[in-house]
Amino acid sequence: MSVATASPLVERDFAVPDIRCAGCISKLEQGLVCDRRIASARVNFTEKRVHIACTPDAETPDLVGAFALLGFEAHPIGDAPGEGDPEAASSRELLRAVAVAGFAMMNVMLLSVSVWSGAEGATRDLFHWLSAAIALPTVAYSGRPFFRSAWRALRHGGTNMDVPISIGVVITSALSVYETATHGQHAYFDGVVMLLFFLLCGRWLDSVMRDRARGGVTALLRNMGTGATVLRGEGSGHWVDATALQPGMVMLVAAGERLAADGVIVAGSSQIDLSLLTGESAPQAVHVDDHVHAGTLNLDAPIRVRITAAGADTAIADIARLMGEAAQGKSRYVRIADRAARFYAPAVHTLALLAFTGWMIAGAGWHHSLLIAVAVLIITCPCALGLAVPAAQIVAAGALMRVGVLIKDGSALERMAEVDRALIDKTGTLTLGRPVATDLDAVDPAHRPLLLALAQASRHPLSEALTRGLSALGVVPEAVQTIRETPGFGVAADWHGHKVTLGRPQSPAAGTGLATELAIDGDPLATLHFADQLRPDARAAIDALAAEGIDATILSGDRAEAVAPVARELGITAQTGMTPQDKLAAIARHAGAGHRVLMIGDGLNDGPALAAGHASMAPGSASDAGKNAADCIFLGDRLTPVVQTVRMARRTQRIVKQNFALAIGYNIIAVPLAIFGHVTPLIAAIAMSGSSLIVVGNALRLKAAIR
Amino acid sequence: MNGLLFLIPIALGLGLLGLAAFFWSLRHGQFDDLDGAALRIFVEDEEDAAP
Repeated sequence: MSVATASPLVERDFAVPDIRCAGCISKLEQGLVCDRRIASARVNFTEKRVHIACTPDAETPDLVGAFALLGFEAHPIGDAPGEGDPEAASSRELLRAVAVAGFAMMNVMLLSVSVWSGAEGATRDLFHWLSAAIALPTVAYSGRPFFRSAWRALRHGGTNMDVPISIGVVITSALSVYETATHGQHAYFDGVVMLLFFLLCGRWLDSVMRDRARGGVTALLRNMGTGATVLRGEGSGHWVDATALQPGMVMLVAAGERLAADGVIVAGSSQIDLSLLTGESAPQAVHVDDHVHAGTLNLDAPIRVRITAAGADTAIADIARLMGEAAQGKSRYVRIADRAARFYAPAVHTLALLAFTGWMIAGAGWHHSLLIAVAVLIITCPCALGLAVPAAQIVAAGALMRVGVLIKDGSALERMAEVDRALIDKTGTLTLGRPVATDLDAVDPAHRPLLLALAQASRHPLSEALTRGLSALGVVPEAVQTIRETPGFGVAADWHGHKVTLGRPQSPAAGTGLATELAIDGDPLATLHFADQLRPDARAAIDALAAEGIDATILSGDRAEAVAPVARELGITAQTGMTPQDKLAAIARHAGAGHRVLMIGDGLNDGPALAAGHASMAPGSASDAGKNAADCIFLGDRLTPVVQTVRMARRTQRIVKQNFALAIGYNIIAVPLAIFGHVTPLIAAIAMSGSSLIVVGNALRLKAAIR
Repeated sequence: MNGLLFLIPIALGLGLLGLAAFFWSLRHGQFDDLDGAALRIFVEDEEDAAP
């Protein structure tokens, strides 16, 4: 490895969304270490991350540049991922608990089967004692998540699913120890560990689902400029992280870069794309002394900006405050499993108590009565219920992930299933949110290779739009020499002795919108216009939503003239010129009328509305704030995933309800058996595993459900 | 009956061995990148490519 080993190495993580195959892995791992500053690189394919160790002098843009050289887009992510993450740690702890419970379950079952097949006397006692020796430490270790949660609920005067579980587990263990000590016939150690195992599986699935979505979201959180090139004295610039930017610094913002802080332009003039901040689709021309905001995109030419506010002081902080307030309403939502537990937990306690007192009155003696009460607790313990919801939701989330939808947690799926109104932002949500060449077809096919050759030499947003459009048409670039890019004008190159240029139109006929012009020796050949376009399947998606009983309305911050054509094309109504407060008010109005609102939006200005909606979705191209506030994120250029998500959520909800029905049906059969004292540990074991397998199998049907 | 004296400890020991192996692999990051591990068999060895 080619690295100066003298200085200590720094470890950094990068999100690289484009890792797709084994080739990418080897290209990255072997290509990155060719850079002198990078000592080692390790790809995590599942999380689409690259972990590198580099020398301390390697600055972020250099490292991103090293990725770019290999053809990958990389985004630096937080300094302390993985270990420091409390959620991932809890997932790990659950997995360990599952493993211990699984081990104990298998070994105790081995001993129990011998007892059921007729082991007698001293052998039975020995096996019971061995079971106790395995089960008791397991209960102490694997039961902690339930004990903790139950204790928390009890301390706050409430109850949840974990209270009957904890009580059941503790009483059953204690009684089984007593039975063992008094040479009794039945010990329920197998039932206890099996119960823990199944319930922990449910918990773990739930937490894995949240982890996975969160991993995807972290990788997506990159849109805000994560830093800026700050000028020191004359000309020399160096990279400063967004967190270290200070008012008074002068940052250089290249064309195509996002601003990392608010400021005033001190040199240069350009066009700024405000769509993420306000929803306004037309770019705004800015000149010296104009104010510009963090999160907006510099389209045209490099500008120098003196920072007036950075970090939490930026103009978007106000939006963040609104978002915090709006999100509080959503946190009151109670998940379906907890709603069920509200009725279930008291019912279970009452049943067990009734069984106990009933047998006491019947004169069965406290020992026999307690044994029956324990059997009731074990049989009614919400094994199937605990698995029913997470199993269905993780299968649904997995299926949705394959069509490019990330679900943040299970409650999002539940809320998504209930929506009956959709409020949709225009710019970036119904539209692609980036310029697309509108008259590419009008260009003479003979000029297209030349156009592509020039366009792909630049990272200007319009050039990128051209490159994307032409590559999609299957155009192969022409060979051109000495390509040079002039900031604020465009690209120029030599081609067969002629000077060809692609840049700002010289003729006034080009109109007002975004446009660029291809010229040979100053003679204009073709003028290309750009506009933000509707997502290709927007109409179909809106119609499909309507077919699902969800009426859509556009909620845009843009001007009425810009929104009207979109609304007409989609055949839906629109409200225009809305501020973030207006959007919040619109959602509140719908909610007041008894509707459940699905908010779909991408911008910072949509953040509060996304947080306030009963459910919300954001496209992968959305602002950080949008992605953070939304329940689901859909990737790609198509809008259909929105419909697929709603359908999947409803289907999941149906499966969950079926699972509940199955679990209740099982209880109707099993509880009378338990109350009348016919449940032996063998029957409990069969009933428990049988019902769990049935609900998991039912949940797996969702796998094939996505269309 | 005497067989049990050997068989039960052996059964438990094997189970514990499996549990310990699982914990070890969990701690050493064997489960961090499940999809990547499946793809890595296609990756050429670095030693061959390095100069």
